[in-house]
Amino acid sequence: MNNLVILPLLIPFIAGILMAIFRYKITFQKWLSVISIVLAGLASATLVHQISINGIQTLQLGGWQAPFGISFVADMFAALLILTTSIVSIACLLFAFRSIGEEREKFYFYPFLQFLIMGVNGSFLTGDIFNLFVNFEVMLIASYVLITLGGTRVQLRESIKYVLINVLSSFLFLVAIAYLYAIMGTLNMAHLSQRVAEAGQDGLLTTVAILFLIVFGLKAGLLLYYWLPGSYSAPPTAVAAIFAALLTKVGIYAIFRMFTLVFYHEPGVTHMLIAIMAGLTMLLGGIGAMAYWDIRKILAYNVIVAVGLILSGLAAFTSAAVIGSIYYLIHDMIVKALIFLLGGTMIVLVGTSKLKEISGLIRNHPLLGWMFFIAALSLAGIPPLSGFIGKVFITQGTFEAGLYWLGGIGLLTSLMVLYSLMKIFMNGFWGETNLSLDMEKGTTSGLLLPIGLLTVMTIALGLGVEGINLYVEQAAEGLMNPNLYIEAVLNGDS
Amino acid sequence: MKTNNVLLHTLSRVVTLIILIFSVYLFFAGHNNPGGGFIGGLMTASALMLMYLTFDFSKIKKALPINFTSFIAAGLLFAIGTGFASTLFGFPYLTQFFDYYQLPILGEVELTTALPFDLGVYLVVVGIALTIILTIAEDDK
Repeated sequence: MNNLVILPLLIPFIAGILMAIFRYKITFQKWLSVISIVLAGLASATLVHQISINGIQTLQLGGWQAPFGISFVADMFAALLILTTSIVSIACLLFAFRSIGEEREKFYFYPFLQFLIMGVNGSFLTGDIFNLFVNFEVMLIASYVLITLGGTRVQLRESIKYVLINVLSSFLFLVAIAYLYAIMGTLNMAHLSQRVAEAGQDGLLTTVAILFLIVFGLKAGLLLYYWLPGSYSAPPTAVAAIFAALLTKVGIYAIFRMFTLVFYHEPGVTHMLIAIMAGLTMLLGGIGAMAYWDIRKILAYNVIVAVGLILSGLAAFTSAAVIGSIYYLIHDMIVKALIFLLGGTMIVLVGTSKLKEISGLIRNHPLLGWMFFIAALSLAGIPPLSGFIGKVFITQGTFEAGLYWLGGIGLLTSLMVLYSLMKIFMNGFWGETNLSLDMEKGTTSGLLLPIGLLTVMTIALGLGVEGINLYVEQAAEGLMNPNLYIEAVLNGDS
Repeated sequence: MKTNNVLLHTLSRVVTLIILIFSVYLFFAGHNNPGGGFIGGLMTASALMLMYLTFDFSKIKKALPINFTSFIAAGLLFAIGTGFASTLFGFPYLTQFFDYYQLPILGEVELTTALPFDLGVYLVVVGIALTIILTIAEDDK
């Protein structure tokens, strides 16, 4: 028993409620949101430390023993992800302070951001599949509000699509849970894993597994990503950045959890399907990223490419591939937030997202330009930066597993990603400067701080791979050996 | 000419009282019988809605000067607080405690910490239902 496990969920929750009470005290809300994220980050850092020493930490809510109550489980994978969530959200929060505007701040912007983070942290930490659904809904409802908040025309149009597709996928999620409960008679993930292992994963269970894959594919943008480019280009930059960094990653996390813990007995069917979907996702995302001349669209398609790459690590399912996926997942959360903030700052400066109307920004904004360059190289996977190590391990893993075509697509799409981002860099930053400083539509004052923070993080993560290697290996070990998880939940002290 | 709804006004005064009492009964019955915070909260909200429907909007606002959005926050704090209290004594989050007490009129009563949690649910439901309806109703200004 360890009450620390639930703190990353509770702290943003309490902070959000307090903010909702003091609706018009904007300064108070800003301070409280920073404090709450920092506290949640400290709690998750402590969790990472505890797990590295004592193994997986569990909390049985209400003191009910594991299969009967709801368990919260912090294994290394989840703990690393909530720590990254805190880092990303603090950067997006600092960006929002300067860019979101009083209109939105008065209408509960900060509380809903806290509720979003609460849902994300809860999804990472829960050990019960219905509780995962509830946390998904907490996260999604907060995201519905954040995507519509402000009520501009394009936001309303895209939010209808976003809400519809997510209501549908939540419904499918419920149906899948109902099937699983009817077959297995339990909802606790560890207990499910045990029972599936005892009964053997027959055709019926594999069908349910594929239904779960469709559900989480809809959430994560794995092949079923058609809602994503529109929805992610509608909301304001700070919100789009936090969506790109966190929301699809929760879907990816859920796929990882389900297919390493519960449905890992028929890799010939399920993991092959994931491999095909991941390959197609990467290719189509790469084509989309190259095709558009709109900054927001290019960045949104880059989100999709990364989803495919991370899941091809799961599809290969060797220890190297899983390590690579974890590295890339952490890297991608940070660098996707970074690139969205950078793109958003460009749009703030010139007042348009059409790439052909932007030129020569580097003369007046050298810092912004070179940080964009670093972010682009990091996304493409150039060695000293953080995207490299993950890609190497994923490629190695796919080759080991004999999925040469998947590794090949991964490498090919790296080029596509690099091309699409260099297109933004060369068209937007190079060339003749057609906007003087006083003709610009906005300023970068205060916006460069969070961007700089994330740039430092991506460089540090690239250079300091040795430092976190121990934790990532422990996380991969936990994913490859479901017994560790089951032991901790069902037989742990309490 | 304005119609005189005297029958409606008189009846709804009585009916509202009955609904309110019934909703409180449902709220307390939840532990051992059908009922609980959710349905109790909905009943309370419907009683208040009846008042809003029969009487003038601004009159009820004057009689009940409550901001229902604060109900949501208060309810959530109640619910979290009961869960949190157990962690202070070293128990897992959301552990519930109960004991039997001799109360003056009611006799032996089982009091549990699930009750304040349910009160939180009740407040949230009342707050959300009324916020939704009143926001839509006030939309045309």
